[in-house]
Amino acid sequence: MASESVEETPLLPDDVREAMLTSLSEALGDALVESYLRPHEDLWLRVRADRWQDVAQTAKSLGYTYFGFLSAIDWEIAPEGRYENTEFDGELEEEDSEPVVQSTSTGYAGGDTRFQVIVQLQSPTEHTAFHLKTDVGEDNSIDTLRDIYAGADWHEREIHEMFGIGFRGHPNLHPLYLPGEFEGHPLRKDFPLLARHVKPWPGVVDIEDIPEHLEAELEAQVMAAFEAAGGGE
Amino acid sequence: MTTTSDRDQLAYISSQAADARVNVELNTGDMTLNIGPQHPATHGTLRIACRLDGEQVIMAEPMMGYMHRGYEKLCEVRTYPQCTTLINRIDWLGSFANEVPFILAAERLMEVEAPPRAQWIRTILFELSRIANVALFLGDMGVQLGALTPVFFAFRDREHVLNQIEAITGGRFHPNFDRIGGLKDDIPRGWIEETKSVMVKMRTFCDEMEDLLVGNEIFQARCRGVGVIPADVALNYGMSGANLRASGVDWDLRRDANPGLAWDQIDWRVWTHPDGDSFARYWVRLQETREATYIVDKLLDGIPSGPIMAKVPRIIKVPAGEAYISTENPLGEMGYYIVSKGELGPFRVKIRTPSFNNISVVPWVMKGVYVPDVITILGSLYFILGDIDR
Repeated sequence: MASESVEETPLLPDDVREAMLTSLSEALGDALVESYLRPHEDLWLRVRADRWQDVAQTAKSLGYTYFGFLSAIDWEIAPEGRYENTEFDGELEEEDSEPVVQSTSTGYAGGDTRFQVIVQLQSPTEHTAFHLKTDVGEDNSIDTLRDIYAGADWHEREIHEMFGIGFRGHPNLHPLYLPGEFEGHPLRKDFPLLARHVKPWPGVVDIEDIPEHLEAELEAQVMAAFEAAGGGE
Repeated sequence: MTTTSDRDQLAYISSQAADARVNVELNTGDMTLNIGPQHPATHGTLRIACRLDGEQVIMAEPMMGYMHRGYEKLCEVRTYPQCTTLINRIDWLGSFANEVPFILAAERLMEVEAPPRAQWIRTILFELSRIANVALFLGDMGVQLGALTPVFFAFRDREHVLNQIEAITGGRFHPNFDRIGGLKDDIPRGWIEETKSVMVKMRTFCDEMEDLLVGNEIFQARCRGVGVIPADVALNYGMSGANLRASGVDWDLRRDANPGLAWDQIDWRVWTHPDGDSFARYWVRLQETREATYIVDKLLDGIPSGPIMAKVPRIIKVPAGEAYISTENPLGEMGYYIVSKGELGPFRVKIRTPSFNNISVVPWVMKGVYVPDVITILGSLYFILGDIDR
């Protein structure tokens, strides 16, 4: 981080999101586990998985009638890494003295399990939005939101095939993108990216240096063309 | 001379009619009709399996995945600057607009802000890609309904906008021009005047479309009252963009949740239509394209001077955290949910694309419509397959 670019400006309190947080936490009661607020940016609420449908229903009755998206996060660290073990990336590490350390945090508003499901809901009248998170427990499934937000139907199908998370009460969890015979859940961190196994990431190889004996010749050509065009006028 | 007299013919017809009256058993079972995967109305390879009862659709199920490229997984093994090359290809008609929310989300996590000049040029390019994208829709909608002329006008005039994008970024379709902290380059000399003259041409194009299609009786007959989506259904399915505004919801992320671009610096208006039918969706997009030309004009007048790049480290590492930023893209709300763990690349990227939610309403809206209206509705919902499948 370039330290000179960080200017300390006093942040005004974010009244809108504070009020949202207050009203939501009152309405949700003990279903709310943890909350996180980034002033003037966003709001996250983590709720209990067994109250998932109630929470969505409450949020909808509070005016958050617009369904943004539903997705999941796999917090496990990929055993294959980021496929960056090339010569080029090794150099990067040396140049930049700060070592790359992967933090073990499980995101804003915390989390205890490997998988988390996240939903964004918005209010079309107030133009405010927040994120709901929940931990997916041992049985790898949570209740469907399809009956509350119709838009959740396809999102849940996508998450089901990509992460293998089940949605209780969803009538047709058949694959949306993948062919029927596909095995595995591609967006899980332990699912290897086969393309990188077949052909490793080339790193810097595609930016080759110009051979020395050509460099002077090329420069002479460029300068000749430059002069012919009338120099720097 | 006919062998059968008129009298005989009449007798035959009336006997047939009599058969119809007493319900002669004909095979009237349901029939399955596949629309796509290759169809001009699908903008790619979307297949819609329709179950028909006579001319009426009783069930329509879109089937995607023919173009699934796994961008969410691929982003996990790339650095942040490499990701923009990929996400250019999501909505390929308005590529620059795809990059902006991703870059803004990364900037938010890094607590970097692009200088004002960069924000203004970003906004201009954003609106230019909107015009280039929606202009094609305005002509293409005619093709869906059998009018071939408008689409040629659209291709002709879109070229002017693409030329302007090419002049500044070097790329016509995939500029890959946005950088964390600003832009790759400044605008070239003479570009402002040229863009203004192109905007005049685009306004003429909008007028032509208004004459050719909106005022056309056949167009109105095919579109009015077809595929009506009420506001509450649109919200429930998470539809966005012009599709939502055509259902009477006054909501535009450019005005209501501006993530720091220059839209709040100028005066412009949001267009809505109360009807929610195919005609309303066309009409709203037409007005928005015209409005976008005025937005570009006003922005061109006020570009602030200064640098186009903030100070960012040469090797970009984004601090740990989560951020979601969405913008009002040509097709609707496009957002990126980035989870960072402090590395060179993102830990997880959720790409929220407008077409995915917009098309998820198809099973609902297609119930009970007639077969020719399927194409009208699909065309008016306006989606890009890359934007659904990612």
